[in-house]
Amino acid sequence: MTERTMNITLHVWRQDNPGKPGKFERYEATDISEHSSFLEMLDLVNEGLIKDGKDPFSYDHDCREGVCGMCGMVINGIPHGPQAATTTCQLHMRKFKNGDELWLEPWRAAGFPVIKDLVVDRDAFDRIIQAGGYITSRTGSAPDANGIAIDKKTADAAFDAAACIGCGACVAACPNASAMLFVSAKITHLGLLPQGQPERKDRARKMVAQADAEGFGGCTNHRECEAACPKEIKFANIARLNRDFIGAMIKAPDDVPKPQPVR
Amino acid sequence: MELNSNEPSGPLEERWTKHRDHGKLVNPSNRRNYTVIVVGSGLAGGAGAASLGEMGYNVKCFAFQDSPRRAHSIAAQGGINAAKNYPNDGDSVWRLFYDTLKGGDFRGRESNTWRLAEISNGIIDQCVAQGVPFAREYGGLLANRSFGGAQVSRTFYARGQTGQQLLIGAYQALERQIGAGTVEMHTRSEMLELIIVDGVARGIVTRNLVSGEIEAHVADCVVLATGGYGNVFYLSTNAKGSNCTAAWRAHRQGAAFANPCFTQIHPTCIPQAGEHQSKLTLMSESLRNDGRIWVPKKKEDVTKKPSEIPEEDRYYYLEERYPAFGNLVPRDVASRNAKYVCDDGLGVGPEVAGQRRGVYLDFADAIERLGQKEVEDRYGNLFEMYERITGENPYEVPMRIYPASHYTMGGLWVDYNLMTTIPGLFAAGEANFSDHGANRLGASALMQGLSDGYFVLPFTVGNYLGTVRELPKVELDHPEVKGAMERVTTRIDKLLNAPKPSKTADEFHRELGALIWDKCGMSRNEAGLKEALEKIPEIRERFWEQIKVPGTGEMFNQTLERAGRVADFMELAELLCIDALNREESCGAHFREEHRSEDGKEAKRDDENFQYVAAWEFSGDVSKPTLHKEPLVFERLKPSTRSYK
Ligand SMILES: Cc1cc2nc3c(=O)[nH]c(=O)nc-3n(C[C@H](O)[C@H](O)[C@H](O)COP(=O)(O)OP(=O)(O)OC[C@H]3O[C@@H](n4cnc5c(N)ncnc54)[C@H](O)[C@@H]3O)c2cc1C
Ligand code: SF4
Repeated sequence: MTERTMNITLHVWRQDNPGKPGKFERYEATDISEHSSFLEMLDLVNEGLIKDGKDPFSYDHDCREGVCGMCGMVINGIPHGPQAATTTCQLHMRKFKNGDELWLEPWRAAGFPVIKDLVVDRDAFDRIIQAGGYITSRTGSAPDANGIAIDKKTADAAFDAAACIGCGACVAACPNASAMLFVSAKITHLGLLPQGQPERKDRARKMVAQADAEGFGGCTNHRECEAACPKEIKFANIARLNRDFIGAMIKAPDDVPKPQPVR
Repeated sequence: MELNSNEPSGPLEERWTKHRDHGKLVNPSNRRNYTVIVVGSGLAGGAGAASLGEMGYNVKCFAFQDSPRRAHSIAAQGGINAAKNYPNDGDSVWRLFYDTLKGGDFRGRESNTWRLAEISNGIIDQCVAQGVPFAREYGGLLANRSFGGAQVSRTFYARGQTGQQLLIGAYQALERQIGAGTVEMHTRSEMLELIIVDGVARGIVTRNLVSGEIEAHVADCVVLATGGYGNVFYLSTNAKGSNCTAAWRAHRQGAAFANPCFTQIHPTCIPQAGEHQSKLTLMSESLRNDGRIWVPKKKEDVTKKPSEIPEEDRYYYLEERYPAFGNLVPRDVASRNAKYVCDDGLGVGPEVAGQRRGVYLDFADAIERLGQKEVEDRYGNLFEMYERITGENPYEVPMRIYPASHYTMGGLWVDYNLMTTIPGLFAAGEANFSDHGANRLGASALMQGLSDGYFVLPFTVGNYLGTVRELPKVELDHPEVKGAMERVTTRIDKLLNAPKPSKTADEFHRELGALIWDKCGMSRNEAGLKEALEKIPEIRERFWEQIKVPGTGEMFNQTLERAGRVADFMELAELLCIDALNREESCGAHFREEHRSEDGKEAKRDDENFQYVAAWEFSGDVSKPTLHKEPLVFERLKPSTRSYK
């Protein structure tokens, strides 16, 4: 295994808290191995900053396997960076070249206030799930798991939608900062399954109302979300969401759910 | 300290039912008067908090990530076991119990293991009802696959993302309760201390990771479901944030820590590529079904391209040493042998810290036998992941793999009720020690986390609260509360103000990790352990002298978070080695080189002297813990020897 090394110039968004204005700061990442991951490159720059007694920049991450959904930043204008279907933590430096200049920014959306630097507050996603992104099933009351057969195609399609990691890249990519791809992934996952039918229409109505209350915009078919999504959640899910939502509104137009208070 | 396992007596299969029939209950309308703190929102904590909230208790749940859905459970790939016997291959609760206890090399508690097997089926029902999209057959019924250490297909799975789907199920149930107001969720909130009043666990002290505020939370009891300590080795398959702080703080306050030396090393991980690597990635063990493991026979060949090494110069060491099981020997055997060949200078791949640590996992034969298409169907996503990380195409060149720290069987000692040695403090999931003995079988951790969370805690927490009835109210200005808060602030001050700040937490963690990986990893011996025990206190001393943390405690400060966690690993590492030195036998994942069969290959267990749980009590001096033994009694199964030759 031969090893190529590279020097990269970083412009990192620095912001102390949501109230303060932020700005880009320039850092040099030198002698970076092509085998290192993108986050390892950032770790290294930060280690240098710590040793110099400077405040390292903050970014979220945890599993570093592309599944927890914790990491995410905009790299040269693209949420999660240049590699398709790949989270920030799964990017590797061999995709970059010596001398590259990278601009790193947090997700930008009214629904995701900046906590510090590249870290944002995504509690809004949890509140959208609270509003209706579940199947009510009291612990211990479940019938035998093989009681209902679900054809493989439907189960696989439900799985595809359930693969959403709740990272928020779809919101960051959307010109309207819409959360509809995220919402539609949950609507599709639960709405395809027989267990999810009783609450199906209510679910759509409540989740959409909550997303509106959180300050996420509407979907106007830009499809940027689909391109940015690291888990390849399909844009077509939004059509399903619209069907469930409209169906619910026709049936009971006045029954508008009350969203959770937004902090 | 007295270790009473509080197991019910009578026939194994009736114990759990009997226990529930005779336990105390809390009246539904009275439950909201009790506050239960659950630290952790992984499978154990998330399922537990959701179920307790649904029952009507007033629950406060904590996680250090930004959402409960991000707990490390999310990363589990392979699957979850249950004794459903859907494939009709003769499985039963008895067989699952037997495999788990035997797989654990007879170092687990019989009653707990039985209960786990008994509850397993209900878990699958629960998850399907929540909408977990498990794999299905064309007929629409649930699919199963087989996993290491079992002769039946009992593993349920959701592609390679079983943990993710199970956790999302628990997360959604939890969010429903948060919406309903029964659970108060505290994300980005890290428990740093336990509050004990009159000998009973009554709350926790946390640091709000956004504002830096130190907060006290009081309750009627506390559950720790904070995961394992595999990151003590620095490099592991665990998430970067996984740590031992909550369990360790509880240990320092009196909770016994059991069998810390039982740490599992997974054989098929992507090897380290450089000194600055931050974590290792697991590749599903299923790869060993079709891949052949080898290294060059000659040292001078290790830098050659694998394609340039002729067949007769390849050493298929597992196939040669273990002809019956070949490449499918259990995790610990596969791991140790990889280490041995690399220690002999036959390892391949990049040289890191003076050694090549990697062996080939070759699919050339499989591709020839099955065709590339079939191999792609079976392992396509894994091959893709491998290529993304290494930049090498495993259809063309053999994969390189090396073992990595993966799971910890040791943890807080708990009784049958999952209560630690501190009354009112429970431990669930990977954080406790009870069900897997000295070695965990694949697909059993998810089962245990959900068993503890959905089914055990809801009963045993109620039983405890129903027994103690009314506890005196603890005000936030109680001396014990203030004392615990002070311990936290003092420690943070110390981390921020080391006398000669010059090194980062990661530098210390790497140094510690490399030492214990070498001396207390896959293979251990007296001299090595003693050497580690001399060095660890010295590293720790340097840590407190030189740790450099910029910024303050009153802000979002990830460097400070990390430093605090590394400080606790520094202490746990010592207990790990003390326990490994004490256990003069080889069992499960714990391999002492002095204790093996004449031909050197097989581990030698010593039931006469070591058929016990080693529960360590903090004595005030980290280097001198007190050992308590819980003898293990096997009424149903006679301990037999594990042999894979
Ligand atoms: C890569 C990988 C693959 C695996 N695959 C499988 C598999 O296929 N099958 C299987 O059965 N097992 C598997 N396992 C093991 C299994 O995933 C874990 O053992 C299990 O998920 C642990 O669950 P848990 O609920 O105990 O803890 P975790 O999921 O680790 O959750 C810990 C929780 O505690 C919180 N926490 C920790 N410390 C604090 C603190 N101080 N303050 C506040 N909150 C805190 C965290 O925020 C988190 O919410 C795998 C493990 C790994 C690493
Ligand atoms: S839909 Fe895709 S981009 Fe949006 S949160 Fe889910 S995984 Fe992330």
